[in-house]
Amino acid sequence: MKQKLKALAATGNLSTGFQEESLVRAVQEGANFVGCDAGTTDSGPYYLGSGNPRGPREGTKRNLRIMLREALRAGIPVIIGTAGHAGGRPHLDWTVEICKELALENKWHFKLAAIDSEINKEDLLHAFRRGELTPLRPAPDLNERTLQQAERFVAMMGIEPIQAALKAGAQVVVAGRCSDVAIYAALPVLKGIPKHVAFHAGKILECGAASVARRLYPDCMAAELDQDGFTVEPPNPALRCTPQSVAAHTLYENADPYRLVESGGVVDTTAARYEAISDRAVRVSGSQFVASEKYTVRIEGAALAGYRSIVVAGIRDPLILRQLDEFLRSLRTVVERKIEDSLKLPSGAYTLSFRVYGCNGSLGQLEPVSQVEGHEVGLIIDVVASSQSVAADILPLVWHTGLHHPIPEQEGLISNFAFPFSPPGIDVGPVYRFCANHVWQLNNPCEPFRTTIEDL
Amino acid sequence: MKELWEFTKLIRSKNAGPFELTFDIMFKDADCFDQVMKSGGLSAETIAKLYKTEPSQVRFFVIKQLLTVKISIPRRVFSGDMRDTDVYGGQFHGPLVRMPVE
Repeated sequence: MKQKLKALAATGNLSTGFQEESLVRAVQEGANFVGCDAGTTDSGPYYLGSGNPRGPREGTKRNLRIMLREALRAGIPVIIGTAGHAGGRPHLDWTVEICKELALENKWHFKLAAIDSEINKEDLLHAFRRGELTPLRPAPDLNERTLQQAERFVAMMGIEPIQAALKAGAQVVVAGRCSDVAIYAALPVLKGIPKHVAFHAGKILECGAASVARRLYPDCMAAELDQDGFTVEPPNPALRCTPQSVAAHTLYENADPYRLVESGGVVDTTAARYEAISDRAVRVSGSQFVASEKYTVRIEGAALAGYRSIVVAGIRDPLILRQLDEFLRSLRTVVERKIEDSLKLPSGAYTLSFRVYGCNGSLGQLEPVSQVEGHEVGLIIDVVASSQSVAADILPLVWHTGLHHPIPEQEGLISNFAFPFSPPGIDVGPVYRFCANHVWQLNNPCEPFRTTIEDL
Repeated sequence: MKELWEFTKLIRSKNAGPFELTFDIMFKDADCFDQVMKSGGLSAETIAKLYKTEPSQVRFFVIKQLLTVKISIPRRVFSGDMRDTDVYGGQFHGPLVRMPVE
């Protein structure tokens, strides 16, 4: 008999939620598992670097409660990928703790697998020395020194560690850093669905209802997979997929529209066909899976770059605005001398940026418009230094000097900045940077991942 | 002269991971698609110039079936780095929207 299997994506990100009715309906209609992605690198390196999860915790718990309740009732597994937003050990622990709380509060009993994807620096250092790490392009320079100075590394797992947890009987799998596609491809491949079908379906499902024609709110998405292709149809009757909306989603957040690189191989969608089979459902077939010679996993790392303090201010005086570049340039010169005099810090010891909204705040150096065109600008004075106290010490020297910095057209003391807040300065906290964009060649796809299974 | 947005139903930018930016330009219909493609205004060269990079760094995909052009370039400043201005990369398409089409 030809195997068919129904995959359900609860939503695009575990913290954003879904319509409860949609999920309940989809499980009742025979979903074989519920998956959900809980993270991304989109919001920058902070979460990986700091170890803080992205909440809200209550929202995440609400969504997990509904998913677990329905899945346990139906006897199907739940698979969460990239726990806690970055998939490091603290993020995994945070998510596992919520699952345990739910089990206790609701008297649920199930087998929980937690897959740790955080890589100890010593292990990665050995891999580096053995030449197992290869940079992708572009990549930050990773060497023994930067590797040792980094805060945290994770490896992005493919389908294999999740499959191992499922084979061990786990009903709820919480994975650390995990390919979005692997969340949805792991179980179907285990059940005999071909990889080209399972991986392409995973790509369409990973953002939940994002592949519909008009997404009204975050919601579920379902796909039925078979030997030749899959049919994607939103469980919520108010939403609909069209061939265009599904095909377009294959492009989303992907640098190459035809080649989706995953651990273990590449999904080639060049020959994929997208056909409407109703006004809400789309049949997808024809993609290829090309297995790679070597099995690699992507490595992500974050390093501390410093501590940030900022000031937000408005500038409305047209005489300043018409010479804003020169004003900020001469202000910088005066300020650098003051900081050197009073704090004994040379300009190389900190980073001072003037971010000018109304000029090039959004695009920075890539902004083609060179003149301020509006009647006011928003200025962020951005200081990053070696500690929060140093950044907080530098900041008032900058904003107070800038407040009264002279321009030739005005005589007497002027006050150039409109501060919306008192105090004007805000301590933002630590700043991180991504310090690796590398792949790690493995002999065994499960090797760097450690799975703990508990009976709750 | 018209501007690019008058031919499209979607112009967006987004991170493709923290180290690359990707732009999706979806046209309203085949006429709009043909008109812009024939104008020659949208190419790896014009994108390289607009985004201050080399044409060899620009990956330029024409997806006729979807009436879509997809473009990917490396980020000059990685997402969330100290001097980054757009962590999600969601506003880098701004200069494309009013690009003149002759």
